[in-house]
Amino acid sequence: MAATLAPERTNLADAFDDDTAAHLAELEARTIYILREAYARVAPLGMLWSIGKDSNALLWMARKAFFGRVPFPLIQLDTGMELPEVYAFRDEIVPAWGLDLRVEHCPPEEDMDPTLPPATRAAARKTEGLRSVLARDKYRGVMVGIRRDEQATRAKERVFSPRALDGAWDFRNQPPEFWDQYKTDFPEGVHVRIHPLLHWSEIDIWRYTKAEGIPVVPLYFARDGKRYRSLGEKNITFPVASDAATIDEIIAELMVTRVSERAGRTMDKETEDSFERLRSSGYM
Amino acid sequence: MTTSLNPMKIVVVGHVDHGKSTLIGRLLHDTGSLPDGKLEELTALSERRGMPLEWSFVLDAFQAERDQAITIDTTQINFASGQRPYVIIDAPGHREFLKNMVSGAASAEAAVLVVDVAEGMREQSRRHAFLLHLLGLRQIVVVVNKMDLVGHDEARFRTVEEQVRAYLADIGLSPDAIVPVAARAGENLAARADAMPWYDGPTLVEALDALSTAAAPLERPLRLPIQDVYKFDERRILVGRVEAGSFRVGDELVFSPSNRRARVRTIEAWNAPVAKLEARAGEVVGVTLDEQIFAERGDVASHEASAPKLTNVFRATLFWLAERPLAPGDTLKLKVGPDEASVTVEAIENAIDTQTLGRAPTDAVGHNEVAEVVLRTREMLSLDDHRANPAGGRFVLVDGFDTVAGGVVSTEGYPDQREAMRVKGTNLYEVDHLLSAQGRAFRNGHRGGVIWMTGLSGAGKSTLAMRVEQRLFAKGYQAFVLDGDNVRRGLNADLGFSPDDRAENIRRVGEVAALFAEAGMIVVTAFISPYRSDRDRARAAAGDAFHEVHVAADLATCEGRDPKGLYRRARAGEIGDFTGVSAPYEPPQAPELVVDTSRQSIEACVDAIVAYVDEPLAVRARAVGA
Repeated sequence: MAATLAPERTNLADAFDDDTAAHLAELEARTIYILREAYARVAPLGMLWSIGKDSNALLWMARKAFFGRVPFPLIQLDTGMELPEVYAFRDEIVPAWGLDLRVEHCPPEEDMDPTLPPATRAAARKTEGLRSVLARDKYRGVMVGIRRDEQATRAKERVFSPRALDGAWDFRNQPPEFWDQYKTDFPEGVHVRIHPLLHWSEIDIWRYTKAEGIPVVPLYFARDGKRYRSLGEKNITFPVASDAATIDEIIAELMVTRVSERAGRTMDKETEDSFERLRSSGYM
Repeated sequence: MTTSLNPMKIVVVGHVDHGKSTLIGRLLHDTGSLPDGKLEELTALSERRGMPLEWSFVLDAFQAERDQAITIDTTQINFASGQRPYVIIDAPGHREFLKNMVSGAASAEAAVLVVDVAEGMREQSRRHAFLLHLLGLRQIVVVVNKMDLVGHDEARFRTVEEQVRAYLADIGLSPDAIVPVAARAGENLAARADAMPWYDGPTLVEALDALSTAAAPLERPLRLPIQDVYKFDERRILVGRVEAGSFRVGDELVFSPSNRRARVRTIEAWNAPVAKLEARAGEVVGVTLDEQIFAERGDVASHEASAPKLTNVFRATLFWLAERPLAPGDTLKLKVGPDEASVTVEAIENAIDTQTLGRAPTDAVGHNEVAEVVLRTREMLSLDDHRANPAGGRFVLVDGFDTVAGGVVSTEGYPDQREAMRVKGTNLYEVDHLLSAQGRAFRNGHRGGVIWMTGLSGAGKSTLAMRVEQRLFAKGYQAFVLDGDNVRRGLNADLGFSPDDRAENIRRVGEVAALFAEAGMIVVTAFISPYRSDRDRARAAAGDAFHEVHVAADLATCEGRDPKGLYRRARAGEIGDFTGVSAPYEPPQAPELVVDTSRQSIEACVDAIVAYVDEPLAVRARAVGA
């Protein structure tokens, strides 16, 4: 595998027509604004890094926001079950970009709520891993690269989303959030999930990745008629049928597909509310 | 095939049960925007619950919402017409969820207002429309829904259409289209309805496609609120988002409220192919300056000629989201862009009834109500009128940990305090006088002082001033009156009566009065001087020699006297910004003396003032000799 660590300098205007370039520039500006708000108003602050395409794009924009330096630690919630290509990518990027990475080893599956269906239980390990990071390192803010278009419960998120000490999300009583004024004052014991990518779509991320030359794990590109559209643990994530072997082909595929992005994620659909239960209890 | 990538954000609002979620669910289906299998999933889900296919389940993703069949929070969903993609925001109609509706609607570029043809405009339809306007939305498409339930009757549609048009006109909105639809059946959403041949306007999708996406406000004066200052390396980089206008490397920027200036040396960017020379509205930027001036989060950079207004008091229209009512005297945190300040509610002027649009005086703002208020901060703020620059003229209020209000700023009626704060000369040196104030006081037999009268027009300030001057002179005081007659014709002949000019008028009078006092004179001033900030400045100029006298006749009395016919002309609209009628009067909070000419005789008032002057200003021999 070969992640491109020193991409050629490009700019959005060269990569796409004016309308697309303007759209991506607008999305990027919004994300950078949110990153800077978080850094100005919340400390200590960390960023979850799943090493997938979304959190790589987010990391890239953090480097832009802070002029090449990422001024907070990255946290990887590691279940030990990522695909080998993911670990290889991580180990190449971290020294090359001078990142402060903290790997959190998540507790075993046996410790999870036994009433959850199997794949959901496997995913819940990350919730527990995050909980112990927060309890130990006292982060007041954690940035997470989720998007509204990924999944219906994520569509309801705020950009600054406060969580109780146990990580629980009270979606019935979310703070008002308008005119880019975010909730940045919290009582003791509350932390905030910051979602700088909420307004991006899957195809936006790929277009941006292409324009900026952001490296991605090669598992996204089709081999033998299959590719990963969304990366998760190897035991609960599966590749989807696809011949898209380049970013351009992925973009072309997304223009016509009507299969949802998380189709290869078992945990989303074991029961009607499995993903909602995960999120209410603190999943990303 | 979609021709544009840039999605338009639309919000869907309306009264509960008028069919918002159904409309969205059906729209997604009819434009081919549902993922494969979703329709089957929903059909199965509906059958399990023993009900017909419920289109709103597309959006109501949460278990809790399905059980209650109410949309609790805002949801964002993408769909595409043949022309462009859309992000649609469904906003809950229930009154108690107003904060969620506001959260969804504030980021939208256009609104779809759903009105049930059988019910017409209801409480939430009106409230939402009013708030959309307050939030800054100007594009609105109205959908008159459930036409199938009234037999697709044109007359029923026209009645509701008229009602909607009238209300929107009253709040200053003109709908881009009013479309009769039957959302459940998909009529006039994406496809034209055969059942309504009398309607020749656009379908909902056609109406949406005709709307324009918001253009960045490039033509407005530059506003760059500073979000943060980074010193990661040898560079000191100020970052922020250009909210309006543009600037270039080399431009001189003025930072408000400090009034400090510096030129843009570089526009910084990481991994940029070429050095950036210009930044425009909508961009997030980092700049370095040619001078290391002090600047911090919350400052606003602009060009000199078109800087924002500086004030510590302003009018606002706000919506109140907290359970407990807002009352005068409440202190909250104000956030305008990245700026924060402690703010006190000086007055609650009117409650606005969003149903009737009537205004009524009130002393508290209840949950989810809209009101006009006056807010005051201790420190100077840089503000714009929201009509001139939305980003610099809107704010939220935070109480404890919670956002409890949003509002828009009106800068009418209060002066810009920028000029008054500025010392223009840069090569000024204080020269020590060889004479002391004590020596002057000994010669005169009294100390110098400023007797500053403030009160409404017609309160009797000039009459009192002349009588006081006469009495003081008779008692051996060196006394002199400054009033409109002797100041406006000479020193201030260049000033008119706008709030800004009035503020400058008072600033000059305050400085001149301070000089008189320093010279040993007792100067009596007779100016309405309605703004507390202006009088505070006059007090600062004269220091301990300043004595504020509130000539406190009430408005009705003054208006009844109306010696120059000014109130009558102000009421007739012939005079603008008239204190007490169309501009505020801020009474002193702790005046040294209050006289009330509506209750006391002129003679009694003069006695009170002269007696007051005798107390702190007369120099008794032992005091001077001591």
